[in-house]
This record gives sequence, structure tokens and C-alpha cells, in this order.
Amino acid sequence: MNRPKTMTRSRFAEGAVEWLIRASAFSAIVGLFLIFIFIGKEALPILTSPDVRKEANISKLFLPQDQAHPYSWQPVSEIPKYSILPLFVGTLKMTLVAVLFAIPLALGAALFTSEFSPGWLKEFIKPIIELLAGIPSVVLGFFALMVMASYVQELFGIVYRLNAINAGIALGLAVIPIVYTVADDALTSVPKSYREASMAMGASPWQTAWRVVFPAALPGILAACVLGFGRAIGETMIVLMASGNAAIMSWNLAKPARSLSATIAAELGEVVVGSAHYHVLFFIGISLFIFTFVLNMFAHWFVARLQKKVLGTI
Amino acid sequence: MSISSLEARELNLYYGNFHALKNVTVRIAEHAITSIIGPSGCGKSTLLRVFNRMNDLIATVRVTGQVLMHGRDIYSRQLDTASLRKRVGMVFQRPNPFPLSIFENVAYGPKIHALVEKHELAELVANSLKKTGLWEQLKDKLNDSALSLPPEQQQRLCISRLLATEPEVLLMDEPCSALDPIATAKIEELMLELKDKYTIVIVTHNMQQAARISDFTAFMLLGELLEFDSTSAIFTNPQHPKTQDYVTGRFG
Ligand SMILES: Nc1ncnc2c1ncn2[C@@H]1O[C@H](COP(=O)(O)OP(=O)(O)OP(=O)(O)O)[C@@H](O)[C@H]1O
Ligand SMILES: [Mg+2]
Repeated sequence: MNRPKTMTRSRFAEGAVEWLIRASAFSAIVGLFLIFIFIGKEALPILTSPDVRKEANISKLFLPQDQAHPYSWQPVSEIPKYSILPLFVGTLKMTLVAVLFAIPLALGAALFTSEFSPGWLKEFIKPIIELLAGIPSVVLGFFALMVMASYVQELFGIVYRLNAINAGIALGLAVIPIVYTVADDALTSVPKSYREASMAMGASPWQTAWRVVFPAALPGILAACVLGFGRAIGETMIVLMASGNAAIMSWNLAKPARSLSATIAAELGEVVVGSAHYHVLFFIGISLFIFTFVLNMFAHWFVARLQKKVLGTI
Repeated sequence: MSISSLEARELNLYYGNFHALKNVTVRIAEHAITSIIGPSGCGKSTLLRVFNRMNDLIATVRVTGQVLMHGRDIYSRQLDTASLRKRVGMVFQRPNPFPLSIFENVAYGPKIHALVEKHELAELVANSLKKTGLWEQLKDKLNDSALSLPPEQQQRLCISRLLATEPEVLLMDEPCSALDPIATAKIEELMLELKDKYTIVIVTHNMQQAARISDFTAFMLLGELLEFDSTSAIFTNPQHPKTQDYVTGRFG
């Protein structure tokens, strides 16, 4: 009776593998949860501790303070000021530039490689764009700081060499491969039968791509954009190096800017543990965490809804 | 024989080195149903796709001979494929409505060919759905996704989508093979209604179907058009022994 024995053994192996996979999935969730707890715990004194609240509380973080400088981030001055609005504005404006720069380029490239380019050209373009994803962000930041900044300054005629446009474009370079890869997958997986039906009706390849393939791939394309957006918001090294790092409350893209993530990276190393400044930095951290989490949840929900609409289950 | 709408003369088609259609000469009668039968791989779909030049999309394809529509060569330089395909529509084996709303599916052809003004579009869509008998069932859910429909209605929708561009010829490549018998019967009924206004060419593996609905039948074997005649002649008095064998089910 050899058979049953091997059967049970393979069953056992299958069970073990299944258990292992389940455990690793859960460990990711547990890890995420622990990170949230840890950062949240360090941020909490902003709301609860009287000592900390004297220096930094929600209203000082978000509301205008004195007349001359209503919003300033000066955590190490004699009277520390902890307004985080300039950092929010900085993050948002650089993210905006990055997204406006990267998404059209990435989607255009994806549309080109999936619909129009001959096979050999796609085999050439795709790996190159994906290689861009492999460049460490410190290298991209260095490039933006040393090389690109001068050209950007000249091109746009900007006073400051390091500014939000420069950082945004550098950030865009990091966003392009993500958006491209996911969007190209979404476009390529649109069934050939749709293209055939469209061409057989006398549509041109352009009409087919724009009116049939693109809408069919829309859920995936939106997911690509959200991933790119998330990457832009969280990216630290590039903005730290290329933005000039001045916490200015201004939507002017030509001025230097400072992001939430770069602030944490630059200041957490030297802050006095347990000080108001320390807790504010953690508060920024948890804000970023919650923001990206909510953004992802919303995007997930929205994409699923769109998918249902395209596939006709609602 | 009645007036011919489409005609192929000494047509040869090659996929690279593979000779897929050999010296095919055939005349497709106007306002009639012509079926193309034959064993798998004999070139039925290839012949069908010659008439709307869908084979052009395959890089390796080479065509010699003539294909005429009302006496004009459809492979000539002057003729653009977009206007040809508007006049010669195609229904595929698997229903393939676009992943858009029912309305947008039917409006697709008129939009890309700029056939009507915007305010006339709704009426055109309604008329096209009426021609296939879908209007009553679908008029209240035109904004639903076309993919939410059952297969038979999807196939009808694909036919409506073609009728919206007012074609002359409908090419159908095994349009019922993904449908159940009841749905098949309904589509056949529709085809019989449509043949008053349209010329229909259908590829089918279903011998009964060819016998039931078509006026003319072409039998193909290994890239050759072996026999072409009225359907009754093909099924009751075939000239070629191979045709006899095939229609009586001895091979295929
Ligand atoms: N794109 C292609 N490249 C090369 N050969 C092809 C191509 N398409 C079809 N063929 C070959 O041409 C021949 C005819 O194909 P076709 O699809 O026209 O047959 P068919 O009669 O429609 O078969 P079926 O009944 O299975 O649909 C087959 O031998 C097939 O292998
Ligand atoms: Mg076929």
C-alpha cells in the first residue's frame, strides 16, 4: 500500500505550505497594525499631554498664529513654531507637479507600447522605463540637485535654483515607471476581440484605442494613477535634495518648498526624544500614514466599483 | 442567379508561405443568405474576412486575384478600408459587445463615421435595436453595461451595432456556436427577417443550420471552393463526391 502514504504526505506538505502562506499574509497585516500603533502612540501626546500641548497642539499646528507670520515651521527657534500647513502645502504642490508631469507621459507611453508600437519597439521601450524604477531615489535626487536644477531654472526663468517645479519633475521620474507598468498591463490585458470588433466596424487604430481599449482598461489605469500619487506623496529622498527645503506657506511653484516626509527625515535624527518637536514629527508621520491609507482604501473601492460597471455586474 | 453583390475571382490568399485560399471564384447573391461550410481549417473564416479586408490586419497575409463589390475592386488603392467595413459588417463567433453601455455600443458606428447629428443619435439607436427585436426588452436600461446581457442578447446587440451604420452586407462567422439551441433558433429567425434588406454570408459548422436558413451554399475543402450552388442542390444532389460525404456527415 504505497499510494495512500504518498497521498497523505503530499496532503501534509500542501497543508504546511498553505499555512505558511496564510501566516505571511497575516504577518504583513500585523506589521502594518504595529507600525500604526507605535507611531500613533508617539503622536498622541499632542492631544493628551498638558506639557506638550502648551507648546504644540492641534490649533497651533493648523490655525494661523501671530499677524506677521501666521504659519511658520520653526521648531528650533527660541519660541518654537510648529505650524504644519506650509509642509502640507509643500507636499501637495510638489506632488501635483510630479503627477501632472508623470501621468500624461506614462499613460501616453503605455498607450503607445500597447496599441501602436511594433513588437520589437515595445521590447525595447518597456525594459528601459522599468529600469527607471530601479534607480535609487537618492541618485535621482542627486541628479535633480546637481544637473537638472540648472536647466529647470533656466527653462522657466526662476529666481531660486531649487524649487517645487524642480523637485516635482524629479519626483515625476520616480512616478513614471510605476504608472507606466501598471497602465501598460491594464491596456495589454484588454481582450483582442474588442479591438477586432472595433476595427471590423471601420474604426481607425486611434479610434479603437481611445474609444474602446482605454475605457475598457480604465479601472486599471486609475489604479496606476493612484499608485503613482501615493508614491509621490511618500517619496522622501528626492524632495529632500531637490526642493530647497524651505517651509514657505505659498502655492507658488517657483519657490522652494518643504515636504512632510522630508521634514521627518531631516529632523528626526536630532530631535530631543520626548520633546514637543519629537511628538509633532510623529504626528506628521501618522497624518501621512492615515492619508495614504484612506487614499488607497478609497481608490480600491472606486476601482472595484468601476470594474463592476465595465464588466456589467451593476 | 440573382444580382451579385460581392464577387471573388481567382482569389488566392497566403499566410506567409501557407496557401490558404486556392483559386476561389464565387458570387454572393444580393438579399440572400449564403452559407459557407466545410471541415475545420479549410479556410471558411479566411474567405469571409477577405470580404471586409480584416485579413489586412495580419502582417504576413498576401492576396492575389480580384474581389469585387458591385463590380468595383475592393482591394484597389482608391478604396479605404474604413468605408468598406462600414458597408460590410461582421458578426463574430463569440458575442463581443464593447465594455460600454448598451447605448454606446449601438452608437459606436454612427459616431466614428459621423453619420448623424447628435440629436438624431437616440432615434438611430432605438431604430437599430428595434430591427433586432431588442428594443422592448432594453429600452429602459440603455445605460447598463452591454456585458450584463445574456449571450443571445449580446449577439443581437452586436448585430444592432452593425445595422446602425446601415451596411449592405453582413458577414457572420459561426454566430451561433456560442449559443444554446433556443437562442440559436431566435438568431436564425432574425437572419431570415434581415435578408430582405441585407446580403448575408454565414460560416457555419452546423449542417442543419445551413440547410434551414441559406439560399446558397458553398462547400470548401483544403482552401478550395469545391462546390457552390443553391442550398437545395448542395444537400439533395451534390455534384462532387466529397460534398456528398460531407453533407451526409461521413467526415468533417
Ligand atoms: N493568422 C494566421 N496565420 C497563419 N495561418 C493561419 C492564420 N489564420 C488561419 N491560418 C490557417 O489557415 C487555414 C484556414 O483557416 P481558417 O481560420 O480560415 O479556417 P476555418 O475554415 O475558418 O476553420 P474553423 O472551422 O476551425 O474556424 C488553417 O489551416 C489555419 O491554420
Ligand atoms: Mg473559422
